[in-house]
Amino acid sequence: MSDRKREVAGASGDGRAGEASRLLLAARRYAGGEQTDDGRVIVREHDGACEEFYRERWRHDGEVRSTHGVNCTGSCSWMVAVRDGLIAWETQATDYPETAPDMPDEEPRGCPRGATFSWYTYQPGRVRYPYVRGELLRRWREARRTHDDPVDAWASIVDDPAQREAYVAARGHGGFMRASWDEALELTAAAHVHTIERWGPDRVAGVSPIPAMSPVSYTSGSRYVALTGGVQNSFYDWYADLPPASPQVFGDQTDVPESADWWHSAYLVIWGSNIPVTRTPDAHFMVEARYAGQKVVVVSPDYAEHVKFADDWLPVRAGMDGALAMAMGHVVFREFYVDRQVPFFTRYAKTYTDMPFLVALREHEGAYTPDRFLTAHDLGEAVEAAEWKTVVFDAVTGAPAVPNGSLGHRWSPSGEGHWNLDLGEIDPALTLLDVGGEPVEVLLPRFDTSEPGVLRRGVPALRLGGRLVTTVHDLLLAQYGVARPGLPGEWPAGYDDAAQPYTPAWQEPLTGIPAAVAARVAREFARNAELTEGRSTVVMGSGINHWFHADATYRSIMTLLLACGCIGRNGGGWAHYVGQEKVRPLTGWATLAAALDWGRPARQNCGTEWYYLATDQWRYEVFGADHLASPLARGLLRGKAPIDALAQAQRLGWQITYPTFDRNPLDLAAEAEAADMSPGDYVVDELRGGRLRFSVEDPDDPSNFPRLLFVWRANLLGSSAKGHEYFLRHLMGSDVSGVLADETPPEQRPREVVWRPEAPEGKLDLLVTADFRMTSTGNFADVVLPAATWYEKNDLSCTDLHPFVHSFNAAIDPPWEARSDWDAFRDLAAVFSRLAARRLGVRRDLVATALAHDTPAECSQPFGEVLDWRTGAVDAVPGRTMPALTVVERDFGAVHDKLTSLGPLVETLGVGAKGVAWKPAEEVAWLGRANGLAEGGAGDGRPSLARAEQVAETILALSGATNGRLAHEGFTTLERRVGRPLADLAEGERDARIRWSDVQARPHKTLTSPEWSGNEAGDRQYSAFTINVERLKPWHTLTGRMHLFLDHQWLAELGEQLPVWRPPLNTPENYPGMGEWAADGLALRYLTPHSKWSIHTDYQENPMMLTLFRGGTVVWLSPEDAATLGVADNDWVEVWNRNGALDCRAVVSPRMPKGVCYIYHGKDRHVAMPPTEATGKQGGTHNSLTRVLLKPTHMLGGYAQFSYAINYYGCTGSQRDEVVVVRRRTEQKVTY
Amino acid sequence: MAVHAQLMMVMALDKCIGCHTCSVTCKQTWTNRDGAEYMWWNNVETRPGTGYPRRWEDQERWQGGWTLDRGGRLALRAGGRVKKLVTIFGNLDMPVIDDYYEPWTYDYEHLVTAPAQAAPPTVTPRSQLTGRPIDLRWGPNWDDDLAGGLQPDDPALGELEAEMVRRYEQVFMFYLPRICNHCLNPSCVASCPSGALYKRAEDGVVLVDQDKCRGWRFCVSGCPYKKVYFNHLTGKAEKCVFCYPVTEDGRPTVCSQTCVGRIRAIGVVLYDLDAVTEAAQTARPEDLVEAMRGLLLDPHDPQVAAAAERDGVPHEWLAAARRSPAYALAKDLRVALPLHPEYRTLPMVWYVPPLSPALDALTAAGYDADDPDEVFPTLDDLRIPRRYVANVLSAGDLAPVDESMRRLLAMRVMMRRRRIGQAGGRAGAEGGLSHADADRLFRLLALAPYDERYVVPRSRREQAGVRDPGRGAPPPEAGT
Repeated sequence: MSDRKREVAGASGDGRAGEASRLLLAARRYAGGEQTDDGRVIVREHDGACEEFYRERWRHDGEVRSTHGVNCTGSCSWMVAVRDGLIAWETQATDYPETAPDMPDEEPRGCPRGATFSWYTYQPGRVRYPYVRGELLRRWREARRTHDDPVDAWASIVDDPAQREAYVAARGHGGFMRASWDEALELTAAAHVHTIERWGPDRVAGVSPIPAMSPVSYTSGSRYVALTGGVQNSFYDWYADLPPASPQVFGDQTDVPESADWWHSAYLVIWGSNIPVTRTPDAHFMVEARYAGQKVVVVSPDYAEHVKFADDWLPVRAGMDGALAMAMGHVVFREFYVDRQVPFFTRYAKTYTDMPFLVALREHEGAYTPDRFLTAHDLGEAVEAAEWKTVVFDAVTGAPAVPNGSLGHRWSPSGEGHWNLDLGEIDPALTLLDVGGEPVEVLLPRFDTSEPGVLRRGVPALRLGGRLVTTVHDLLLAQYGVARPGLPGEWPAGYDDAAQPYTPAWQEPLTGIPAAVAARVAREFARNAELTEGRSTVVMGSGINHWFHADATYRSIMTLLLACGCIGRNGGGWAHYVGQEKVRPLTGWATLAAALDWGRPARQNCGTEWYYLATDQWRYEVFGADHLASPLARGLLRGKAPIDALAQAQRLGWQITYPTFDRNPLDLAAEAEAADMSPGDYVVDELRGGRLRFSVEDPDDPSNFPRLLFVWRANLLGSSAKGHEYFLRHLMGSDVSGVLADETPPEQRPREVVWRPEAPEGKLDLLVTADFRMTSTGNFADVVLPAATWYEKNDLSCTDLHPFVHSFNAAIDPPWEARSDWDAFRDLAAVFSRLAARRLGVRRDLVATALAHDTPAECSQPFGEVLDWRTGAVDAVPGRTMPALTVVERDFGAVHDKLTSLGPLVETLGVGAKGVAWKPAEEVAWLGRANGLAEGGAGDGRPSLARAEQVAETILALSGATNGRLAHEGFTTLERRVGRPLADLAEGERDARIRWSDVQARPHKTLTSPEWSGNEAGDRQYSAFTINVERLKPWHTLTGRMHLFLDHQWLAELGEQLPVWRPPLNTPENYPGMGEWAADGLALRYLTPHSKWSIHTDYQENPMMLTLFRGGTVVWLSPEDAATLGVADNDWVEVWNRNGALDCRAVVSPRMPKGVCYIYHGKDRHVAMPPTEATGKQGGTHNSLTRVLLKPTHMLGGYAQFSYAINYYGCTGSQRDEVVVVRRRTEQKVTY
Repeated sequence: MAVHAQLMMVMALDKCIGCHTCSVTCKQTWTNRDGAEYMWWNNVETRPGTGYPRRWEDQERWQGGWTLDRGGRLALRAGGRVKKLVTIFGNLDMPVIDDYYEPWTYDYEHLVTAPAQAAPPTVTPRSQLTGRPIDLRWGPNWDDDLAGGLQPDDPALGELEAEMVRRYEQVFMFYLPRICNHCLNPSCVASCPSGALYKRAEDGVVLVDQDKCRGWRFCVSGCPYKKVYFNHLTGKAEKCVFCYPVTEDGRPTVCSQTCVGRIRAIGVVLYDLDAVTEAAQTARPEDLVEAMRGLLLDPHDPQVAAAAERDGVPHEWLAAARRSPAYALAKDLRVALPLHPEYRTLPMVWYVPPLSPALDALTAAGYDADDPDEVFPTLDDLRIPRRYVANVLSAGDLAPVDESMRRLLAMRVMMRRRRIGQAGGRAGAEGGLSHADADRLFRLLALAPYDERYVVPRSRREQAGVRDPGRGAPPPEAGT
């Protein structure tokens, strides 16, 4: 028995069981076996060879580290097995730096989707060669025969309506022809040069999302586009992943804890984020923290994967989350602020929130409404930037006081050393009730009734500077209905008063959550925060963020966190995970991506607004911008269509869209020069004279069309295109479009924007995409370039969910004719430069930009007042009351040289992020040695960026998060302004550098940097705003504190100054005809949660994923709804609304609530999509049923934290307020 | 006593997030090839659910595993020699492809090569067996997350629980990842007429000798877990190999390495080969869990250690057995349980049962509304029907399931108390768990880093006479 060469055959039993296998025994003996000593077990000699089959299967030559560039917050490191020069499979890396000895590690990180990626390398549908649609390529070849100059050849096609119409109409209909790289690049470059020449550089746009998932690849196209004067579209807001509440409350795009920090939380509420599915590699931190005594509460309308881990499941009705959060706030304020004060909460509220700040009240119909923050200006104080210094009431002196840290201290010379949260001797009163405030009745809007109503409640108020004022805290208590003796108005009688917002009983009929449960969870949440000093966390995500009024919902949840002292604490705070938005080495990437090393500013556009205009979705609106207004509104939006509001926001410099003017900006600059006028004066003059118009005021004028679109690392049409069918019709001009909606009736049409009788179809001259798979974007594109996959290129990767930077490395060279994004755009730049040198030469380009956040321009329009120069309310002053206008010199022949070298502005003007800058001359010199120098041309003698690895090295070298010297320099600069120690945060890591070769070897943890708000030194986990809390560094807001009260006038118009409950849009009411449509089906709330089987549309066509779940698009239905419809599991159903239709299979499951259906986000039409019975055309994507809706409060600008930055403040592309009609498909046998 | 070493796996179902990464990486590594398309050596089932292949637990139907005869002795459920001879060419207990699913792929090249046509190109499913278009009606994970769950076709589900799972308000689910159990008493091995299946002496891994297999497929029907598959191209049986080419190198199996839920642990257990039959013949099915625990020998016991050395268990394997997370979870801490012990194959993959939300989310049963410091539900409040878990993990006996779940809950309460620095907490919440055991359990379930989750000693290949064919013969041993 001890012979190691022998093997034990399984017991066959003895006795009669033995008899049963005696035949088998005989067989074994024949096979060389023998009986063991006890006669029960069979052993036999092992011949060794029989195990060779699987050893051979396992054998591989080596493993190469890479990852998946897929807009997933996972950002996992993988090892790719290579055998005989072919990619075999991948498996998770496990060599992450350890977290800390007493907590779980990161390893392994990965998910089933990523595990299938190697399939893409050799799959039969891979894009292996450049393709151009036959209708276009044949014309191009013909035109090239007759035109020497490719630009002329392109013009001969695109400027000939018949020719243009022919290839535009062919989009989406297959028929690609293989082209050579030279041919495809020449066609593309010729189109680009022609577009710049004829229409202007800002008619060219680039679309690539989420740089963190591969910043070098992102930079390839964006740098090319920027150097040519083109436009880069944002993505974070477009995806509705941006939580607008974050800039509103924190003055920050988004900053959140890494997932390992969940471990430190003792109370975790998961609200709208299905962690096991969408944060697959991070979920274990939550699961394991439960063993450490963490309570987990899940708020989710369906029994989703994360509900399995909950101690409490609150099955809230879809979209009603804000009502629950408001009621929880009611309980927290009642029990932890009024009935009893918690010293930790009170101190926190006074120091870090705007709760003690004074708000002026405005008289309204015999009572008052909140107006805006009181400032030093109102008190008549003759101090610098007085309009930007907010005021508290000092309980010690019994007088108003102007504490440090507000925006007035951030940009003014005298503010140096005073931009901090140190209250000094001031003890700000949270409430004026105890300091002599007089009771005053305030009116507050409510939206829980069929028509918006008004709440009458009371606050204590004082008269200061000629104004009646109260505190934000007093207003909050009034808003939440927390009664205190002696105040006027109507108040809830108790938690069980269902008539008064926002009690636990009030929310019960809305959410379905019993009042007692809501109260208990709120109490537990706050009590836990009290016991742990803020270690209560809310994990939040797209389930609540993708709604139209997500900002209202988010603010009501953030209020809980602010009130309980949870922000800026390890183990506490808001953990918003939607998209891989955090580029840890931020500065280096931002500099290279926008080509800020060669010219400034770059054209950066809110994607949502660009698509809204470009795809003519504004022509299908059924309600105006004031439809959602508060009954207490001034009427500033009255009569405006959403696009009118956008036009005004653009006019006032809040937002910017490109093209900006109905004239070529190259011509504008030249005309100004010829007129011997400054560009600003010239443009104002032209605008005033009516000779020049903003493009947004006539999007359907051919001179305002976007003409050329580059898409790379993205599936714009098949994945993120809200209003997919409108994209197809108006942008692409495809007859495949299945839009069913009517246009806006005449009486509701815009007033300030031109309505052309015929909506244009096919605005784009050319769509160029680079991809390794043929998605909808490829299907409808004109030129498809074969891209390297993620296992075939070198790049970086990082995410907010873990603290590492790690790398892509080529496991094989790009096969067939594929090229990496960097190489593809570098090669395109070479062709472009050659063609452009002659046609365009050196030109001056007039660039309009919005009033930018984290710059002095955020102090442009005080008090959040809407003063329009067009009505004469103010002068038209570029950069103050309207967009900034800057002339940028463009040497179009030098684009390639500049693309491939690091420009001089890095060290002359400096680089930076979020208002912190450095001039890394030392690093530029170092890069010259590390990367080598470019030779000849515009970049001669500059550090080379010819290859992707050099770009990666440069990104790392120029960022504080990966270069300790710069972090230290940034903190040193910052501490001068703040006036408190900060540089010591980077002292210990001053010499630390993370180089490209480091991250090739192993993931490396990033450094504490002023680019971010958390201290992550040593074993410490990253949590947002810990530096603000621990070092009293202000938030980038008006008061410098976290804001519960927002005072821009348009926010008041919508009744959203304070946290408030706003229900989902009443879509059936807003969509006329829906009732009739539903006659043969069922109208259901339409939600598009993220899928277990894909990351957006990536992996969705992978056969392994399709095998593991149902083989194609499905819609999830509750058993009740399915029964009503007569639908059985796996039946074909039709799902449709005014936006479009698709047919798919039904999944019937009791985990679904009644009245709601799910189609996973990221279901593209290239997998098993049959024609629909509604349209007769092929069904579309999950976004065939959605449409962009603009919320006017997302367009604000020029005012403190309400100021533009790309992916920071702009309209979001919400998509969860839709309703669809579902019915059983008449014909169950489908043909494709 | 004959001490043998066995690689044992424990999966903490309480931690499983149902992501299926294990299934995918296993398939990528081992079975994405012709003839093996339908094979998922590792699969994950949503429970309650039908399983893969359909209703694999229904042994009335499949006749897998062992049973006891009237004399209380082990007998293959599928019957003896006569029946085998009769059915050797027509085994009625054999699952057919539809019981698994008909594997399919898509005409991907169409996306690139489609000629100019009316509709945008879209790929459509094709059978991998016939190449023809296929109307999808079943797959290996068709009922993921209770999809189609109105009528769960689950043999372990009683009528009461079935009624629960049909109702949104009471619905529950968990995930059950499954691989071959590498049983101590494998009925697949005993079922093979060709002697092609064997259990390796060094690590207990059960393998199919690809050279000896004659494709009779009695292993397929004989395995009650349906974890032996038939390759229709090679005509041979195939099954999970416990990634022996990987574990021999001291590394965990691919499914473990890639488990991002970190639910898996692999360790060595020592058992007495001579005691296997007696354990498998334990009269009452309810006693099988304890019988199996009894089989696992204490590696710290000097007598066991001496016997192991005597029986050729390498020193490193004994050391590994002492650090074994599988032994700790199954035997010491008594939280892991075997899958369907009543099949009497003595499976060596065990599971820590899942907790779940409080049963009645809408009335918050079991909470003291006035005490916000009492945050956890009690065992009785859990939504998951323990009866159902017991049907899967303890032959229907509630006691082992209760014991395990109570220990998990007690650990949470104790740790919370420690963390928050609070004296409160439910009286008697410890559930018999000592502080030392709570710490061990906590470390294993919450903290255990890679090399504590996977304690896999390397194989002694040099002693098996293996040499690298490219480098000639090994030098002769000294003294010979």
